[in-house]
Amino acid sequence: MGQSITVEVNGTSQTSEVEPRLLLAQYLRETLNMTGTHIGCDTSNCGACTVILNGNAVKSCTVFAVQADGGKVTTVEGLATNGELHAVQEGFWEKHGLQCGFCTPGMIMMSYDLLSKNPSPSEAEIREGLAGNLCRCTGYHNIVSAVQYAAEKMSS
Amino acid sequence: MVTSAFAYHAPTSVAEAARLLAEHGDEAKLLAGGHSLVPLMKLRLSEPSVLIDLGKIEGMSYIREADGGGLAIGAMTTYAALQGSDLVQSGAPVLADAAGQVADAQVRNMGTIGGSLAHADPAGDLPAVAVALNAELVTSSTGGHRTIGIDDFFVDLLTTALEPNEILNEIRIPALAAGSGSAYAKFGNKASHYAIVGVAAVVTVDGGGNCSGASIGVTGAGPTAVRASAAESALVGSSLDDDAINAAASAAGNGIEFNEDVHASADYRAHLTSVYAGRAIRAAIANAG
Repeated sequence: MGQSITVEVNGTSQTSEVEPRLLLAQYLRETLNMTGTHIGCDTSNCGACTVILNGNAVKSCTVFAVQADGGKVTTVEGLATNGELHAVQEGFWEKHGLQCGFCTPGMIMMSYDLLSKNPSPSEAEIREGLAGNLCRCTGYHNIVSAVQYAAEKMSS
Repeated sequence: MVTSAFAYHAPTSVAEAARLLAEHGDEAKLLAGGHSLVPLMKLRLSEPSVLIDLGKIEGMSYIREADGGGLAIGAMTTYAALQGSDLVQSGAPVLADAAGQVADAQVRNMGTIGGSLAHADPAGDLPAVAVALNAELVTSSTGGHRTIGIDDFFVDLLTTALEPNEILNEIRIPALAAGSGSAYAKFGNKASHYAIVGVAAVVTVDGGGNCSGASIGVTGAGPTAVRASAAESALVGSSLDDDAINAAASAAGNGIEFNEDVHASADYRAHLTSVYAGRAIRAAIANAG
């Protein structure tokens, strides 16, 4: 029961035959072999699978790939340009916004979405914005610092 | 987790969706934002053999002033859109506030008002708000359109007055009376933020400081969102002093058969209903000022 879908992923048009029940997260990881997007809880709680779909952060474990047909997806692989880290990635690097790194792709994509809509968020707005992303290393303090670093860099 | 297999349809018009729904009947489920349905499908608590995705239909997501006042909201309007809408913030502020309290930013980007109401999860936030705002729900089917009052809509756990062939199309919110304030207060689940108990209140205060109208919806407490009629009666005509508010809060759970689960016993939900009714009522009065 394959269904043909065409999705623009990180600027590249991708056409694939997928089963309708294939999740967007599985499509990215298993069909396109883009494993930057992680699957954590698989229950739309943890946010590790966060990607940008048509301009908004979504949990890709709770979206079917067919729903993205005709749409645009940005994953963590799509942020760096010409080998240069995006400001959000650089912030996580500079501020040590990760320990084990499992939650990081989702944290980065949610932070990217947050800053695209609110370029200079308060600390409270950052914490509220990241409420759907869980870090089990309890690294939130440095994650907030990383987003603040990125906000500053992007506004300068 | 992998759902059961299903055939996927992505109609591009409401009429086409209605035809598909009429054709497939009970075997089909409508897919809105999917943030209630997809988790259920992954657990195989729901195994539709046909999924009809409303997400590709242009023109089901909108917020506009209705003819004759109030708001008309497309069923596919997301929580994020409600939260950020100037029209909602001014015309039905409790709806914007409650939408902003749903889950987290990613879920609010996908979840929809129509999906929330049609799914009728007892822990949904918007059902209580729709009751407090006296919403009217417009449906489409191959047989035409129908309007259902919110007090007739929630039938039982996850069950509404929608017929199997009906699509919830538009939510109409009547204009609030002058002097009205509104608020939503909830005791949310710590992990997922859904309402263990949530209360939405609209209170209308006349020029003399007396209550000329009250509309209160409760969610999370029982199998469906319900109107707290006894609490409304306790407020209307009162001077909104502490005695009246406390009487209303105490009466907010009247008639509810309280849910009981690992998060809250029935007794605790009854207690929460009174406490959060009091908070919602007081906040609504403050917002009316």
